[in-house]
Amino acid sequence: MKRVSQYSKLQLYALFTLRVFIGWYFLYEGLAKVFTPNWSAYGYLIDSKGFFAPFFLQLAENPAMLSAVNFINTWGLTLVGLSLILGLFTKAGYMGAILFLLMFYLSHPPLLYAAYILPTEGSYLWIDKNLIMLVAVLVLMLFPTSRIIGFDSLLTRKKHELS
Amino acid sequence: MSEEKNDIQKENEDKPRKKVSQGRRDALKAMVAVPVLGAMAYGVYQKKKTELNNRNAAEMFRFKSDPAAYVPTTSDAPVLRLGIIGYGIRGKLLMQALGFATPAYIENLKEQGRINSEDTRYRDFLEQEDLRIEITGVCDIFDVYAEDAIRAGSNIYREGENGRYGREPKRYLNYKELLAAPDVDAVVIATPDHWHGTMAMDAVRAGKHVYVEKPLTWTVPETYALRSVVKDNPHLIFQLGHQNRQIEAYERARQIIEKGLLGKITLIETGTNRNDPNGAWVYPIHEKASRSTIDWKQFEGEPERIKEYMDYMTSAGLTKYVGPESREKFSLERFFRWRCWWDYSTGLSGDLLTHEYDAMNQILNLGIPSSASSSGGVYFFKDGRTVPDVLQTVFEYRDKDLTMLYSATLANQFKRSRKIMGHDATMEVGNTLTVTVDPRTEQYRQKIEQGIIKPGEPFYTYVPGQSVDAVSSATERYFLERGLLYSFIGGKRYNTTFLHLKEWIDCIRTGKQPSCGIDQGFEEAITAHMGTRAYLEGRTMYWDKDNELITRE
Repeated sequence: MKRVSQYSKLQLYALFTLRVFIGWYFLYEGLAKVFTPNWSAYGYLIDSKGFFAPFFLQLAENPAMLSAVNFINTWGLTLVGLSLILGLFTKAGYMGAILFLLMFYLSHPPLLYAAYILPTEGSYLWIDKNLIMLVAVLVLMLFPTSRIIGFDSLLTRKKHELS
Repeated sequence: MSEEKNDIQKENEDKPRKKVSQGRRDALKAMVAVPVLGAMAYGVYQKKKTELNNRNAAEMFRFKSDPAAYVPTTSDAPVLRLGIIGYGIRGKLLMQALGFATPAYIENLKEQGRINSEDTRYRDFLEQEDLRIEITGVCDIFDVYAEDAIRAGSNIYREGENGRYGREPKRYLNYKELLAAPDVDAVVIATPDHWHGTMAMDAVRAGKHVYVEKPLTWTVPETYALRSVVKDNPHLIFQLGHQNRQIEAYERARQIIEKGLLGKITLIETGTNRNDPNGAWVYPIHEKASRSTIDWKQFEGEPERIKEYMDYMTSAGLTKYVGPESREKFSLERFFRWRCWWDYSTGLSGDLLTHEYDAMNQILNLGIPSSASSSGGVYFFKDGRTVPDVLQTVFEYRDKDLTMLYSATLANQFKRSRKIMGHDATMEVGNTLTVTVDPRTEQYRQKIEQGIIKPGEPFYTYVPGQSVDAVSSATERYFLERGLLYSFIGGKRYNTTFLHLKEWIDCIRTGKQPSCGIDQGFEEAITAHMGTRAYLEGRTMYWDKDNELITRE
């Protein structure tokens, strides 16, 4: 991986802002679920369309799987959000974010004729905001900032001091 | 990584004096995003505060107690021996709800499940609880139905064709023979309306517990007679087949009204909209039906009942509604589509108004109305029927200061919700409840001014097992309004007919009284008869409460 200090200040701040904003989005999605009593992904899952819909429907219909999905969503989103904002364990955070976004995309792909019960806030064809955010996270992963701005920098320093 | 390490080392060597401040700067850089969390915390706190305010506003709609838990039948419960009288459209459904279906029906369910993996009816049927009953006797006056009933009754393992079967129930040609059988403890009656009262009375007199389909009776005089026979035998459990008694939302609706949350209620609007031949009682005629496979004599009815019917029709000048064919004349149409003629039917009043009325009676304890007025006619199905396909009945409850309107058509399927209208709010009642606050309310005026309640918009919604109010997320409300939520809440969804039969069976075992007993049945029957008479006679009918009589003034 390239040396991180090669960014110009503007590049660094732009990447950092993107990281924090995506982190913010994840953290609030997580907290909103933490604070909603009996929140469940059921409704979202059964609204799934497209090639992978049977898989998501199966998750919804199986009570044990559903409660696992609910737990992973609630706390996974929260942790990913914290990771991105704080710049802590960001590699894991990015991977988590990509996994979540991939699942969101695959469960609700903006297909030509898919009509969802949940309204979307825009008009999409094949590419939607989940997919765009997924690519943005990929970019963040390839252009890391957490070792300059973020707790990961302390971790790497500690490692250096120990070695 | 190693490059970076060298970099730091180099930096340290070059500027040893700045080591401390560099470390501090690194720490600051690490923590630069921490205030973001503060902002998030502040935002979440503010949002929760507003939500809490709104939640408190909706607090009054919250229920203190959970609905009664479902109690499964224990494996050591004594086996109840049932007789089935009538295995037509409704009889089949009742037997299925009891856990008995013909092998052919099961094969069909399997096939449907194979074609469409989302069709889980076969699995659901297999998983349906064993109520610990045995079908020991069946009676139907159409041979094909009777033989199907035998097959269903012996299909105790719920298997398809070529499966294992249990003992076959005995077929009785006349229901009176079934009632005389010592190995029958209780009977389920699902015959045409003109037989309900007679068979129910005979069954109670024969010492059997009774589950009889609605409406309770066909004639007015038999309504009183049946009530007294049932009341004289309190040890026998009597249930009228209004399975809607089992809809959890109705119980919640009752609680909301009891709390006064709708304000003074002055108008109730109910109705029926159907738009297909089946819904208009044009049922298919079985290909094997003929004079030789149908016991027409027994179909005609009990002479005493027919006399009561004819006495009323003649004395009120309503002979134009009798027939038009003679009762003795064999007719496949009249046999299968009996609901279309007053000679056997109670019309829209008995078939569908009774469900609406019973729902409202359950929620509001309405009792018998002080008066009924009706109008309508045969406007669409001009197939020779005497029973109207469009009917409006208005019931007045003078002592309660309210009107209940029933409005029905069998030639339009537009969805009209049942509405209970109060001065402060309107409640729509179905499997879910929706309360919409009235803009001119006094009770909620302050909350409207505070912006907590938006008048005219649904403020509170109840789905079995879950309350959704102004605070609920848009997503939740979206799914809810489309009825998608309630299949998972509480884990399991039960068929109301199953629950209603189970309640009756549980009561037989425990000696408790079921929810739709003879008193509720009497109120249902008299109310429906008042509506029917008002239609037939074209004038308002009144209820003389003191003498318990339907009168014309």
